[in-house]
Amino acid sequence: MIRFESLLARAARRDPSRIALVTQHVRATYADFDAAASRFAAGLVGSGFAHGERCVILADNRFETAVAIFGTLRAGGIFSVINPMTKADKLAFVLNDCEAAVLVTQASLLGVARNAAKQVPSLRRIVVIDAVDEADGPSWHAFMTGAADLAPGPPRGIDIDLAMLVYTSGSTGRPKGVMMTHRNMVFAATSITTYLESRSDDVVLSVLPLAFDYGLYQLLMCVMCGSTLVLERSFAFPQNILPLLSSEGVTGFPLVPTMAALILQLRSFDPAWARSVRYLTNTAAALPPAHIARLRSLFSHARVFSMYGQTESKRCTYLPPEQLEQRPDSVGIAIPGTEVWVADDDGKPVAANVIGELVVRGGHVMQGYWNNEEATRRALRPGRYPWEKVLHTGDLFRIDDEGYCYFVARKDDMIKSRGEKVSPKEIENVLYALPGVSEAIVVGVPDAMLGQALKAFIVRSADSSISARDVIAHCAARLEDFMTPRLIEFRDALPKTSTGKIRRAALQAEVENREIPPE
Amino acid sequence: MPTIEQRIRDYLNENLPFAPSEALDPDESLFDAGVLDSIGVMGLVSWLEREFDIIVDDNDVVPENIDGIRVLVSFVEGKLSEAGLGG
Repeated sequence: MIRFESLLARAARRDPSRIALVTQHVRATYADFDAAASRFAAGLVGSGFAHGERCVILADNRFETAVAIFGTLRAGGIFSVINPMTKADKLAFVLNDCEAAVLVTQASLLGVARNAAKQVPSLRRIVVIDAVDEADGPSWHAFMTGAADLAPGPPRGIDIDLAMLVYTSGSTGRPKGVMMTHRNMVFAATSITTYLESRSDDVVLSVLPLAFDYGLYQLLMCVMCGSTLVLERSFAFPQNILPLLSSEGVTGFPLVPTMAALILQLRSFDPAWARSVRYLTNTAAALPPAHIARLRSLFSHARVFSMYGQTESKRCTYLPPEQLEQRPDSVGIAIPGTEVWVADDDGKPVAANVIGELVVRGGHVMQGYWNNEEATRRALRPGRYPWEKVLHTGDLFRIDDEGYCYFVARKDDMIKSRGEKVSPKEIENVLYALPGVSEAIVVGVPDAMLGQALKAFIVRSADSSISARDVIAHCAARLEDFMTPRLIEFRDALPKTSTGKIRRAALQAEVENREIPPE
Repeated sequence: MPTIEQRIRDYLNENLPFAPSEALDPDESLFDAGVLDSIGVMGLVSWLEREFDIIVDDNDVVPENIDGIRVLVSFVEGKLSEAGLGG
C-alpha cells in the first residue's frame, strides 16, 4: 500500500541532500521539498481542511506548485493543477465542479482567481504564492508558517483514496475531471519508469505545464525515483532552455511535436547540449518520421520513445526505441503491466489490421469523471471480471500482425493542437456568445508545427460587420491561447445535413483537401 | 516611412491576435502580457529578418532582445547599425 506523498518522504530519507527541483529561482533538495510539503499540509489542516477536500492550484511551473501538490496529498486531500492561462469563467466552472475548498495561486493571476472565486461558494481560502502586500490576501509565507506541525502518525488516508483530478476538454464543451487514486498514480509512474529505465541519478528537464498530465508525471516520476527535475515555464526561448541540458547534466528530455519542430529549425544547435541526454520522449501527437530522424542525429546518444496516451489512463502505449527504424509511424505496445486491444462497435476484439476503437486495461485506468456519470459510463465499460472496468479511448487504431499499434483517427470531433486536446464545441460555444455571429463551426487544419491549427468558419448575422480580429479578440479573452482559433473565414452559408445541422465532416474534409464525404 | 517602433507595433497588432487592443506599454513583457508564445516568437523573428533585412541568430532569440517593444526596437537598431544601415 503506497500513497504517493510517501514517496517524497522516502526520497528525502534516502538522500536528503539530493537536488529534487531546479527552477529559475530555487534549487531545492529532497529534504527542503519534503519539509515544505509538510508545512503546506500543516497549513491546510490548521485551516480546517478535511480529508478528501479539494485544493486547486492555478500557478506556473514553480517550486511552490510542486509543494502544494505533495502538501495537499499529505493533508489527505485531492489536488488539481489548472493551466495558468485559464480564464475566470472556466476556472469558476472547475472550482464549482470539484467544490474546491482552497485555491493556491500567484500574484500575477490574482485578478482571474478573484473573479472566479466570487462565483464559488465552497471556496474558503485563497493562498497567494508571491503576494506583494497584505491587500493581496494571505501570503504563502504566512500560510506556511502559521500552523502547528502535523502530529506524527499514520498517513491521512489509504492508497485507494482519490489523489487528483486532471481536467481535460470534453466533447460537449464542458471540462471533465479525470479521477485518479494514489494507486492509479503509483501504478502509472511505476510502469513508465520501468520502460524508460529511470534511475535515481537521472536529471529530467521539463517545460511542460504541471497542469498537463505529461508535465505532472515528470514531477511524480522524479519523486518516485529520487531523481532531479529541472522545471521551466516555457519553451518560447529555446536558446535559454537548451543550454540547461548540458549545464545541469540532463539525461531525460520530454518533448511534444511543437518543441521538436522548434529545436529542428534552430540554425546553431550546439552538440554539447545533447551529450548527456540518454532519452527523449514524445507524446500528444505523432512526430513526422523526418523529424524523428533529425532528432536522432542531433541527440545521437539518446533513445527516442514515441508514446501515446490519454489523461484517462495517463499513458497507453510506447514504442520500444529499437523498433523506431522499422515502424516510425507506430506508437508501439501496451505499457508494462497493462493490456490494449482494438474492439468493434460491440466491444469485441477484431483481427490484426482491422480498424476499431482502442481499449485499455490495467491499474492506470481512471476511476471515472468527477460528477459526470454519463461521460463515465461511455468511457468505462465492463471488463473481464465483474468488478472491473476497461477504458474505451474513443480513438480509432489498428494493430499489425506483430502486435504494434497505429493511431488512425479520433472517433469524435476532438482536435489535437499543440499537443492539447481541444473541444471544438467549447470554442463554438464561445463564438456563439459574440453578437454578430449567426453560425459557427471549428475544424482542425493540418499544420506542420501545431499538428492541427484551429479554424473557425463563421456566418455573420445580416447587420453585422465583425472582423476576424474581433472574433479572435473575443475568443482570446475567454479561452486559453491553445484553444483560440487564429484562422477565421467568413462564409455566406455553411453546408448542412438534412436535419439542418452544420456538416462538420464536410468542412473538415475541405480543409484537409479530401473528397467531401457523403452525408 | 513609419518608425521602427510603429512597424513593430503594426506587426504585433495585425499578426498576433492576443495583442491587447489598447496600446502596449513599451516596457511590458510581451510574453507575460500573453501577446507572444513560442509559435509567436518564431513568426516574429522571421518577420524581423524579412522586414528589416537583418539576420537574427538563434543566440539573439532571448527575452533581452525580443520580449518587449522597447528592447525589440533597440535590437533592430543595433542590427541595422552593425550592417552599416543605421542612422
